[in-house]
This record gives sequence, C-alpha cells and structure tokens, in this order.
Amino acid sequence: MSSGRINWYKYAAPANFYPLAGKMIPWFALLTALLFIVGLYVGFFVAPTDFQQGEAYRIIFIHVPAAWMGMFLYVLMAIYAGIGWAFNARLASMMATAISTTGAIFTFISLVTGSLWGRPAWGVWWVWDARLTSTLILMFLYIGFISLQSSIDDPRRADRAGAVLALVGLINVPIIYFSVQWWNSLHQGATITAKSFKMAPSMLASMLILLAACWMYSIAVVLVRVRYIIREREHEAPWLAEAVALS
Amino acid sequence: MLEAINLSCVRGTRRLFKGLSFSANPGELIELRGENGSGKTSLLRILSGLAAPAEGEVRWQGKTIRSLGEEYSGAVAYLAHQNGVKDELTAIENLRIANGVAGHALHKPEAQIVLEQLGLSRQQNLPVRFLSAGQRRRLALARLLTSKTTLWLLDEVLTSLDDTAIKLSSRFIGDHLTKGGIAIIATHQDLNLAADRVQRINLSSGLSQ
Amino acid sequence: MFGWLVWRDLILAWRRRADVLATLFFFVIVVSLFPLGIGPERETLKTIAPGVVWVAALLASMLSLGRMFGNDYQDGTLEQLLLTPQSTYLIVLGKTLAHWLVSELPLVIIAPVLGLQFGLSENSLAIVVVSLLLGTPVLSLVGAIGAALTLGLRAANVLVALLVLPLYIPVLIFGTGAVQASVGGTSPQAWLLLLAATVVLSLVFAPWATSAALKISVE
Repeated sequence: MSSGRINWYKYAAPANFYPLAGKMIPWFALLTALLFIVGLYVGFFVAPTDFQQGEAYRIIFIHVPAAWMGMFLYVLMAIYAGIGWAFNARLASMMATAISTTGAIFTFISLVTGSLWGRPAWGVWWVWDARLTSTLILMFLYIGFISLQSSIDDPRRADRAGAVLALVGLINVPIIYFSVQWWNSLHQGATITAKSFKMAPSMLASMLILLAACWMYSIAVVLVRVRYIIREREHEAPWLAEAVALS
Repeated sequence: MLEAINLSCVRGTRRLFKGLSFSANPGELIELRGENGSGKTSLLRILSGLAAPAEGEVRWQGKTIRSLGEEYSGAVAYLAHQNGVKDELTAIENLRIANGVAGHALHKPEAQIVLEQLGLSRQQNLPVRFLSAGQRRRLALARLLTSKTTLWLLDEVLTSLDDTAIKLSSRFIGDHLTKGGIAIIATHQDLNLAADRVQRINLSSGLSQ
Repeated sequence: MFGWLVWRDLILAWRRRADVLATLFFFVIVVSLFPLGIGPERETLKTIAPGVVWVAALLASMLSLGRMFGNDYQDGTLEQLLLTPQSTYLIVLGKTLAHWLVSELPLVIIAPVLGLQFGLSENSLAIVVVSLLLGTPVLSLVGAIGAALTLGLRAANVLVALLVLPLYIPVLIFGTGAVQASVGGTSPQAWLLLLAATVVLSLVFAPWATSAALKISVE
C-alpha cells in the first residue's frame, strides 16, 4: 500500500477502532434523524390513502423496513461472526454481538407491526402466513444466539460458539423458509396475501427512505454498542483509560 | 522434535504467559513449575492441541501441530487433572475401550498385564466408581502406558498417589524417556527423574532456566 | 475404532438405563396428555395425532441431548476422545449413531402403539413409523450441534432447547406433513422424500458443525 492511502488493517484492532467509531457516531445519528423525518413525512402526508385499507395500512412503512433489517442484520451478524472465528479477529466478533441486539429489536418490531397491520386488514391479531411465521422463527434464532452468548463467561468461547450457531442458522434459514412456505400452502385456509395491495410510487419511496433511515440508525447504534463491548472486554488494557478520557 | 515458539496464552481477560519458547528432543524431560493459576494446565492443553495459543505456534518434527492434525494426536498422550475414565465401566473395560477407540485394540491378556503392573489386578473387574482416587489415577496412568505415544504431557501426575505408586510412576516415566520418549510434566514436587536433559520452566516468574 | 466408540456408548447407556427409560416414559406421558387436554373426540384426535406425536418426539429428544456429550465432558473422557488420532467427524458420527439407537429408536418403536390411542389407521401408523425413522436421525444429528455448543454451561438443558428447536422446524413440518397426507388419503411420498433429503443434508453437514462446536467448548 502506498503511504498516501489509509491502512485499513489498523482499524481491525479495537484500540484503533474505538476512537474512529466515536467520531462516526454523531454523523450517522444525524443522518438517521433526517432520513426518518423525511421518510415519515412522505409516508404519512404524501402517500395516498389506500382505498381498501384506509389509513391503517401506513404501518407497513415501518413493518417492511423493519422486516428487511431483521433479515439483513442476521446475515451481517453471521458474516462478522464467521470472520471473527476464521481470522481470530476479536473486533469482528464484537461487531457480531453488537449487531445481534439491533437485529432482534427490528425483528420484534416487524412482528408487532405485522400483527398490528393484520388487525385492521384481516380482522385478527395473528395469522400463520409464511412471512410472519418465518419472521417468528428468525426471532427465535436471534434469541438463541443472544442467550448462548450471554450464558458463556469466556468471551472468546462465546464469540466462537456464537459464530457456529449463527452460521448454522444462516444455512438453515432458506430451508426453514421453504418448509414454512410448503406448510403454509398446504393449509390454505390461513393464507391471506396482500396481492390486492397496489403500491403507489410515493409509498415505495417512503419505504426506501425509511429503510435507509433504519440502516443509518443501525450503524450508529451498533457503533455505540460495540464501543461499550470494547470497554467491557478490554478493561484492563492501558490504552482504554486514555481513550475513554478523550471521548 | 517438539518446539514451542513464542507462545502466549490468555484466559478470560488475563494474560498468563507471553513469548514462551522452548524445545524438547527424545529422551528429554521438561518440568513445569509455577503457582496455581500460572498457566501450567493451559500450556499443556496448548501443547496437546486441545487449545490454541493466543500467539505463537507449536511444532512437531518441524511442522505445526495444526497442520499435522490427527498425525500429531497419534504421537501425544495427555494425562489431565481429570482422569479421563468412565465411572460406569470396569477398570479393564476402560483400558480396552480407550485403546480400541484410539485405533489400537488391546487384547484382554495384555490389558491384564498392564493393570497388574500398576497394582490394579484385583480391581480390574470393578466399576471405576468403586475405586479410590489413587486407584483411578493409576488407571489413568495405565491408559498412558498403553498409548504407544512419543510425547507425554502430564498434569500433576503424582497427585493422589501413595509412595509405592509414586515410585512406580517415576519408573514408568523413566523407562519412557530411555526409550526415546519426551515427557513434559506440570508438578509441584521435585521429580528426581534421570533424563538426557532436564529443563525447568517456571511460569510464575516467566523465566526459563 | 467406530465400532468401539458406538459399543462404548451403548454399554454406558445400558448401565444408566434409568435415564434412557425416563425419556421414553416422558414421550408416552406427553402424548397421552393431549387427549386429556383437548377431549377424546375421534375426529379431533385423528387430526391432531401427527402433530402431537412429532412434537412429543421433539421434546423427548431435547431431554436426551444433554447426555450425548455431557457425561464425557464432566469426567474428561471427551477430551481424550478428541485427542485420539481419529477424525472428529467420525467421532461425532459414532456418538450420534449411539444416541439415535438409544434415545430415538425406542420412540420410533413405541409411536405406533401410541398412534392407536388416536385412532389412526394401519396405513397411517406405518407412515408415522417411517416418518419418524427418517426424521429422528436428523433430530440426533442437528441436536448434537446444540449439545456440543452448550457443554458445561448453566441451564444447558433449556439453552439447548432454545437453540435447537427452531432448527427442528423443517423436520417437524415434513414429518407431520407425511402423516397428515396419509390420514387425509393423499400420498405422503413427497414429504418422505423431503425428509430423506434432510437426512442426507444433515449427515453431510451437521457433524462438521458439531466437531467445530466440540473443539470450541473443550478449549
């Protein structure tokens, strides 16, 4: 690498990443706020009323981005955990742990908003359709990962065990999804699809903007959490006292 | 034959040792000393291949033990704090099954001879849960004897043994060394074993003499 | 070596047969609870039978997973196994086979008897057996991963259930699907093929994950 370029490997060490993360957080927080405001404005004031579902449908502007985030973050978590395991990279493992909480929260929001959407749309609080059921199972996978890591005292064993679980979960997700689809198509009675739902461009815009907002939020909050994890794990390291004093 | 290069070990958040290097050739003995918690067991586990060091590597015949995999396992025997024997099996069953699983079946007469050498003839058909701590340790030693390995890693081998058993164990280790084996023993006591070369590594002070 | 390993686990299970039988009785009791809880109506029982038998099998399997490696972990024999010059993959396979023979096969054998309580026809009972025969190996193979990950942890039993039950869902769906098809009069073949595919996939991949998990837990 030429001397003019940034040496990214340097940031793989928690000691160097800590201050970098600290500097990035305010920017992402700002972006989060801006995107949320814009996205919610478009979703609630610009997007038209759906003539079938009325105003209540607007909850999908939160439900859909949350569901996507739940899924993306699981994949990201598994990748970080895998890297942390394969390359013995502590920071990558810490990132996986930091992401897990946010992913679980988004999945939970997606379940709750999915249920809230279902009530006015279909008249029931819960339907066992393929998507909601798969989301529920994703919630279980997150809970499993978080529980496993919190049960293990030795941080490196927790990192590696989590990696195995996350990767096994990742491979299983398509299988689980496929089996739930089949199960669902078999018991047709419970299936109510939203096929009749027409998406206006402003609705799509709102969802995408809010999705971007969720990403910014995730990055900001994961960085905050990973700094907390670094402080906890490296609490005996000399560099930490200085860094905490500075930030 | 065995080389430890720049080993460092971290348990939880504590660094137990750093930059540890040594080597051992056939016929040589290494005594590991240090207070409880100084990392003797951790070092033995790293040498056995069960644990990975935080830094550094272990080499056997010039190749890293990681790359050798099962080939290295076939050359090492590890006597841990725990005896590694099943309570529900008899002494002789334990011995024969341990050997069978390792890939070298031990016939009943041979097993009986080994048990006799360790003074366990009368207990051979007793389930291990009826044996005393000293007898169980001797059974663990019997497993070591039948393992046909070059490198012996022994963690506090002399605990729970009475004087006769200690003399016996010392003799066995001595024989092993004479036949070209290597022994690395974590111990609190002086062993008084003859070997081509005896190294003492004290983990508490971080020094190697 | 493989033979010695399986034989070892079988003898050990025999000498602690109370534990093994307890799991079997658990299965029987759980299955019998459902008619008590739901009502003895013929048609209802026939509808819920596939689900009940399979869920009970899942739960009973959960209980037995701790035994796969837990005992060996406690007395130090597990690390001795890992130190033998044998591939960990084979060691895991051997232990899984022994676990299946001891903890799952009895369920498969007693399930048709329980199925009678639910008024299932002979054909359906046969499908119950076949589906369990195909599905229980997956329960052992995948359960081993959870068992290996949670060695020595507090509340390992509950944790194992948390980790493994989501992974069991496809097997549950395929297994019950097969029996339901039979009860409903359609062919269970597709479901059974899916089960077979799951077994093959698990046989190839699960022991790797379990080996990795064992090495992590033992370190």
